[in-house]
Amino acid sequence: MSLRIAVASGKGGTGKTTVAVNLALSLAEEHPVGLIDCDVEEPNAHLFLSPEIEDQEAIYKQLPVVDSVRCTGCGACVTSCQFGALARVGNRILVFDTLCHGCGRCRMVCPSGAIDEVRHELGVIEIGRAGTIAFAQGRLRVGEAMATPLIRALKRRISEERTWLLDAPPGTGCPTIATMDGADVVLLITEPTPFGLHDLRAAVGVARVLGLPVAVTINRDGVGDTAVDRYCREEGIPILLRIPFDREIASLYAEGIPLVRRRPDWKATFVELHRRLEWLATVPASGAAGREVS
Amino acid sequence: MNRVLFLSGKGGTGKTTLVGAFAVLSEDRVLGDCDVDAANLHLLLDPEVIEDGSYQGSQEAVRADERCAWCGRCRTVCRFDAIREDLSIDPFLCEGCGACVTACPVDALRLEPRDSGRWYTARTRLGSLASAELFPGEETSGKLVSVVKGKVDELADTEGARVALLDGAPGIGCPVIASVSGVQAVVLVTEPSRSGLHDLERAFGLVRHFGARAYLVINKADLSDALTRRIEAFAAAERLPILGRIPYDERVVARMVSGRNAVEDDESEAGRAIRGVFEEFCDRERRAED
Repeated sequence: MSLRIAVASGKGGTGKTTVAVNLALSLAEEHPVGLIDCDVEEPNAHLFLSPEIEDQEAIYKQLPVVDSVRCTGCGACVTSCQFGALARVGNRILVFDTLCHGCGRCRMVCPSGAIDEVRHELGVIEIGRAGTIAFAQGRLRVGEAMATPLIRALKRRISEERTWLLDAPPGTGCPTIATMDGADVVLLITEPTPFGLHDLRAAVGVARVLGLPVAVTINRDGVGDTAVDRYCREEGIPILLRIPFDREIASLYAEGIPLVRRRPDWKATFVELHRRLEWLATVPASGAAGREVS
Repeated sequence: MNRVLFLSGKGGTGKTTLVGAFAVLSEDRVLGDCDVDAANLHLLLDPEVIEDGSYQGSQEAVRADERCAWCGRCRTVCRFDAIREDLSIDPFLCEGCGACVTACPVDALRLEPRDSGRWYTARTRLGSLASAELFPGEETSGKLVSVVKGKVDELADTEGARVALLDGAPGIGCPVIASVSGVQAVVLVTEPSRSGLHDLERAFGLVRHFGARAYLVINKADLSDALTRRIEAFAAAERLPILGRIPYDERVVARMVSGRNAVEDDESEAGRAIRGVFEEFCDRERRAED
């Protein structure tokens, strides 16, 4: 089946990209795979996959422009805006670009037809491939606040016949939700520390609100304590993989070399991880999915 | 008062650990956690809550089915695909803009505030803290960051604090933009990896966009000498002062697990390096203010 796997974490820097990239490379030998880097604020997967970009699409939001001749300064637009993106100073209307969500309500309420809209570029999405892996990523323009329109545009590139890995941004806010929404299963990457556990709980909360099955991967296993294990046991969340802290793994990461390229012995582990995720997505009640990949 | 924000672009580089260390070493400081998606600073601090409140940062469209004429105009005007074919509303996609409310000819829609999180202030062993928690699946983290910063300012006023140490979120989007505005100095924390450098470049671009003084700390510097050198070259080209290099040290995690900070450990090599970073920071800030 063509599974959509969101690879996420509450805390940043836990190893989402490492897991997504290595899963993609390991599966690509067996069947069609795609990887979408949904962290449009800080996209990193391309550093490991060196994809060839074949296509680019600019993503816009609509931004109001006020015609000062027609504008009577009534302020209806200011009152209607829920984001504080418009302000009246004297009889002039000011627009704050970053606060505007581009909903178009101000234009609808303006009684004198003084508001027009222009396209405002939020960033680009780039489509290409890395070997046989279909690849897509977004780049939010520096200084822009709205990441979700880029993520939605990326997800429109999902096709049926592939297994898709969605590399999520850290956190639990709108960009993470936009990434997880519509996935079949969420793989949460954490580290065995109080920070890792705290943010894992938050990420599990998001996945559950969305009604998605979750599994956990513990990265840098062995550096901290066992509280993540205890939490997962209590919550009935399967821990499907543990990656030990290892200076070799860290230094491959530093140089942008995917683990399975230098250490092919890891491939079978990632293939098995995928198999467990497939079980979890199709038979959520199955106890078999809950066993760790050994 | 001087507001100092810790950012990194890439997550997991050590922002929170460094804020905790600066809190140990500073006097007359208040603390703020601007990473409302994944607030962690309190985990180092044994907080005792003084005041808290709910945060209704967002709204969502709600339909009164008995009034609805099912004309579908709401669906036509919604730019966030939040109104489904059967005209039901997807709460995750709804941004609460109210365009549908304006479009509805029979007043069947209204905006309702949503409890999106809570903010709190607390006394801690390292000074007063303002922090917040965004509920799972909620949006508008940028606005909640602004609430936290407002509370930090109130705490600072009451206590006559001279510096506010603000822990930032990863990324460069909405919550980070909300945290960087009005800040005098930003400490960028990076790690020697291609991802760390790539994300640093974008985060530094954002800081420069907002005009704050920027400093760099290279954490886990010994994990890759090659990448540390590339980061140093980037900093030199951008005239971004490096406050110091902190070695990877397993004792940092061990201290954190026991709820303490690396600088509270005299034996820790990383702890000593962080003291050096702090002194360099104070030195440069004194000169910047003169």
